[in-house]
Amino acid sequence: MAGIDDVVIKEGVEEDTVEAVRSLGEKYKYGWETDIEMDYAPKGLTEDIVRLISRKNEEPEWMTDWRLQAYRRWLEMKEPEWAMVDYPEIDFQDQYYYARPKSMETKPQSLDDVDPKLLATYEKLGIPLKEQMILAGVEGADEVPADGANSDRKVAVDAVFDSVSVGTTFKKELEQAGVIFCSISEAIREHPELVKKYLGSVVPQSDNFYATLNSAVFSDGSFVYIPPGVRCPMELSTYFRINAENTGQFERTLIIADKGSFVSYLEGCTAPQRDKAQLHAAVVEIVILEDAEVKYSTVQNWFPGDENGKGGIYNFVTKRADCRGDRAKVMWTQVETGSAVTWKYPSCVLRGDDSQGEFYSIAITNNHQQADTGTKMVHLGKNTKSRIVSKGISAGVAQNTYRGLVSMHPKATNSRNYTQCDSLLIGGTCGAHTVPYIEVKNNSSRVEHEATTSRVDEDQMFYCRSRGMDEEEAVALIVNGFAREVLQALPMEFAMEAQQLVAISLEGSVG
Amino acid sequence: MMAAVAQPKLDALSERLAGHALPEGGKWATETRKAALARLEAMGLPAPRDEYWRFTRPTTLNAPDPLPAAVFDHGGEAPVFGQIDRLKIVFVDGVFDAEASDPLELAGIEIERLEEAAGADIHWARDLYGVLETSGQSPVERPFAALNTAFAREGLVIRVTGKAARPVNLIYRHGDETSDGLVHHVVRLEPGADLTLLENGPSAARLNQVLEVEVGDGAAFHHVRTQGRDHERQAITHIFARLGRESTFKSFTLTVNGRLTRNECVVEMRGDDALAHIAGAAMGDGARAPFHHDDTVFVTHDALRCESRQVFKKVLRNGAVGVFQGKILVKPGAQKTDGYQKSQSLLLDEDSQFLAKPELEIYADDVACSHGSTSGAIDEEGLFYLRSRGVPEPEATDLLVLAFLADAIAEIEDGAVAEDITGRLEAWLRRRRG
Repeated sequence: MAGIDDVVIKEGVEEDTVEAVRSLGEKYKYGWETDIEMDYAPKGLTEDIVRLISRKNEEPEWMTDWRLQAYRRWLEMKEPEWAMVDYPEIDFQDQYYYARPKSMETKPQSLDDVDPKLLATYEKLGIPLKEQMILAGVEGADEVPADGANSDRKVAVDAVFDSVSVGTTFKKELEQAGVIFCSISEAIREHPELVKKYLGSVVPQSDNFYATLNSAVFSDGSFVYIPPGVRCPMELSTYFRINAENTGQFERTLIIADKGSFVSYLEGCTAPQRDKAQLHAAVVEIVILEDAEVKYSTVQNWFPGDENGKGGIYNFVTKRADCRGDRAKVMWTQVETGSAVTWKYPSCVLRGDDSQGEFYSIAITNNHQQADTGTKMVHLGKNTKSRIVSKGISAGVAQNTYRGLVSMHPKATNSRNYTQCDSLLIGGTCGAHTVPYIEVKNNSSRVEHEATTSRVDEDQMFYCRSRGMDEEEAVALIVNGFAREVLQALPMEFAMEAQQLVAISLEGSVG
Repeated sequence: MMAAVAQPKLDALSERLAGHALPEGGKWATETRKAALARLEAMGLPAPRDEYWRFTRPTTLNAPDPLPAAVFDHGGEAPVFGQIDRLKIVFVDGVFDAEASDPLELAGIEIERLEEAAGADIHWARDLYGVLETSGQSPVERPFAALNTAFAREGLVIRVTGKAARPVNLIYRHGDETSDGLVHHVVRLEPGADLTLLENGPSAARLNQVLEVEVGDGAAFHHVRTQGRDHERQAITHIFARLGRESTFKSFTLTVNGRLTRNECVVEMRGDDALAHIAGAAMGDGARAPFHHDDTVFVTHDALRCESRQVFKKVLRNGAVGVFQGKILVKPGAQKTDGYQKSQSLLLDEDSQFLAKPELEIYADDVACSHGSTSGAIDEEGLFYLRSRGVPEPEATDLLVLAFLADAIAEIEDGAVAEDITGRLEAWLRRRRG
C-alpha cells in the first residue's frame, strides 16, 4: 500500500498538513508511540518481579504478601479456553511487567521539569492543557481557573502511562467534597484501611486466570471512594495508555460508593500500532452500598491490529460490581471497538434487595478482530432488576460473540431480567455468535431473553444511497441507528466519540 | 485437536462397559461397532463438569446398572395413538416382540430388524448406521450415542421408497423394573418418500436410544413421540437427521414424568430449501419422583434458504427441573437461512427450575436468526379472568397450562395425532386434579 510516507513532500508544504493527511489515511488514529526513556523491570515473571513491582510502588508488607499469594495461585492455574477466540499462545515470560517513564522517578515540581515528550503525548491524545499541567504532576495547577467550555462540566482524570499513574486532576476540589480519587498505589499508601477492606472483595484474588495474574502484578490504576450521601461533583475518568513495547498493562481499579452516594466514571484507552501483540489484563472492582449508584462507561479503543491481523492488544479484563446494599444501582456501558482479542464480561452481583444492574454494550469487530464479551447478572436479593442490551457488529473476517449469564437464585424472589442481544453482520466472511446462559431457580421472577442476527438492511442502504451518501457513510449511519440504545446510555462526550469510532472501526468493511 | 481425556471419564467408561461385549453375528456391522467403540474410548463418559452436561448430571446414566424403576399403572387407559390406523411394532424392555407386533409389511416401505440387516453381507444401512452419529460427534461429543452404536442389538432398519400407506408406530413397553434398554433405529427416506413415525411408551427402566434418519431430496419425515409416564424411568435419546434438498423434517416429543430424560436432536441441513421443525412439550411434577427434563438441540445450516424452528415448552412444579440447550450453527455460505428458537417455561411453584442456553453461531451474513426465551409464573391476570368467570382455580390453571403448550403441539402436522396428544394432556391433567 503506497502510503504518504513513500511520497517525496514538496518544499513549502507544511509539516502539519502532512501530518493531518497522514492521520486521515491511518485507520487507527492513536497508533503513534512516544519515544521516551523508560525504566523497565527485567523481562519475565518471577516472585522477584512481583516483589520489585511492590517495592517500586512503595507498598506495605501486607500488600506484597497479597500479591505473592496471588502469584503462587496463578502458577497452578490454566488459561481459560472456553471463549470463542483464537490466538497464538502467550509467552508470559516474554513480557515486561513493569515500565515507567524515567522522568517520573521523582515527581516533577513545575511544568518546566516535565519531560516535554510526556506532555506532548497528552496533547496529542486530546487531553486539554489545563488538565495536562496537572497530569504532568505540577503542583498548584488546581488553582488555575478552568477555561470556558470546561467550567460547568468538569471531568477529573487519572492518567495511567504504561505501569504508572502520571497524575490525577481536580484532586483538591474532589477532596473538598470528601471524594478520594487517586492512583491505586497512592491509595495503598494513604488509605490502607479502605484498600484492605475492599480490595479483592468483589473479584477475589484467584477469581480467574487473568484476574489472578493481575492481582500479582498490577502496577497501577485508579482508586475512588465516595463518602455517604455525596454526589460526586464531577465525572471521574481514567485514561490508560500503553506505550512501551512488549509490555503488559495490568491496571486495577477499585471504586467504593458508600451509602447514598453517586458517581459517574469514564474509562478510555489507546495504544501504539505495533506488529507484535501486547497483553492487557485489568481488574475493575466496584462496591456499591445502600442507595448508592455507580455509572461506569468505557470506550475501549486499544490498537486492534492491522487489517491483516498483525499486532493489536489482547484484552483480558475482569470487571464486576457488587450491589451490596439494598437499592444499590450500577450501570455498565461499554463501547468496544479496539483490541485484537477481547475477553470481557462486566458483571453485576445484585445482592441487596431492590438493587438494579444494567449493561449496555456495543462491540464492533472488523478485519481480524475477535471479541467474546457480555455480562453476568447474578440476582441474589429480592425484587432485583437487571437489563442487558448488547449490540454486536461484525465485519471483515472478525468474530463477535455475546456471552452472558442471567441467574435468579431461589431467594431472589420477584426479580426481573430483560435481555436483548442483537448482532449485525457486514459481509459474508465474518461471524456473530450468541451464547446466553439462563438459570431461573424461583417462579416469581421473570426472565425474558431475545436475540437476533441479521445483516444491514438493503432497503435502508438503498434509501441512504439514494440520498447521496456513499456506502461507508450509509453503513456507519445504519450501524449507529442499530446501536442507538447503547449510545444513548453513554455520557455526552463519550457518545460523540463513540459515534465517530463506530464509523472509523468499520472503515473498509464494505465494497 | 483431540485433547487428553480426563482419567475419571475413562474410568467411568471402563466401569460401565465391564462385562459387556460387542454384539456378535454382524457382517459389515462388526467393523462399524468396533469403530464406534474406538470413538467412545477416545472420549470417555461425560463428567459432571463437562460444559455440555452443565445442567444435567450424567451420573445415573453413567452408572453400570440402572436405578430400578417401578412400572406405571395406566389404570386401563386407552393406549396413545390407539385411534389411529397404524402399523404397530412392539418392543418390551427394549427387545422386539414379534407376537405383539403386526407383520413388518407395509406398502411403500421396507422394514427389517437391525439384527437381520447387520448380518447381511451387503446392506444399504451400512451407509447410515453410525454414520450420522459420527457426523454428529463434532463439534460436541455425544458419548452415549457412540455407546449405543457399538452395543445396540435391537432396533429397526427402515427404508421408505414412496408414501408409506400408514404411520409406523413403535410401541415401547416397560416390564422389568431394572431393564437397561439399548435401541438403535435407522430410517432412510428415498427422494420424494413420506413417512410418519409414531413412538410411545417408556421402553425400559433406563433407555438409551438412537434414531438416525436420512431424509432424501423432496422427502418428508414426520415424527411424533410420547415418552411414557413411568415416574422413575430414565432416558437418553438421540436423533441424528440429515436433510436433502427441499426435504421436510418434523419432530415433536411429549414428555410427562421421568426421573431423568435427555433428548438430543442433531439436525444437519445439507440440501438447499430444506425445512426442519423440532418441538417439545414437557410437563413435570417432582412430587412422586424427581423430574429432570433436558432438551439439547443442535441444528446445522449448511445449505441455502433452509428454515429451522425449535419450539420447546415446559411446565414445571414441585421441584421439577427443565433444561434447554439449543444451538443454531450457520456455516459459511449458508445464505438466506431462517432460524428461530423458542424456549419457554412455566414455573408453577417456587421450587422448580429452568436452565437454558439458547445459542447462535453464525458465519454467513444474509440470514435471519433469532431466539426468544422466557420463564416465569402463571399469568395472574389470566387466572383472575377465568376465576371471575366461575372457573375454579385448579381448572383455570390447567387451562392456562394447555394454552401455554399449544405452540409446541401446533408443530404436529397430522391433525388427528395433535388431537390425540391434546386430549391426552387434558385427561392427564384432569386425573391429576382427582
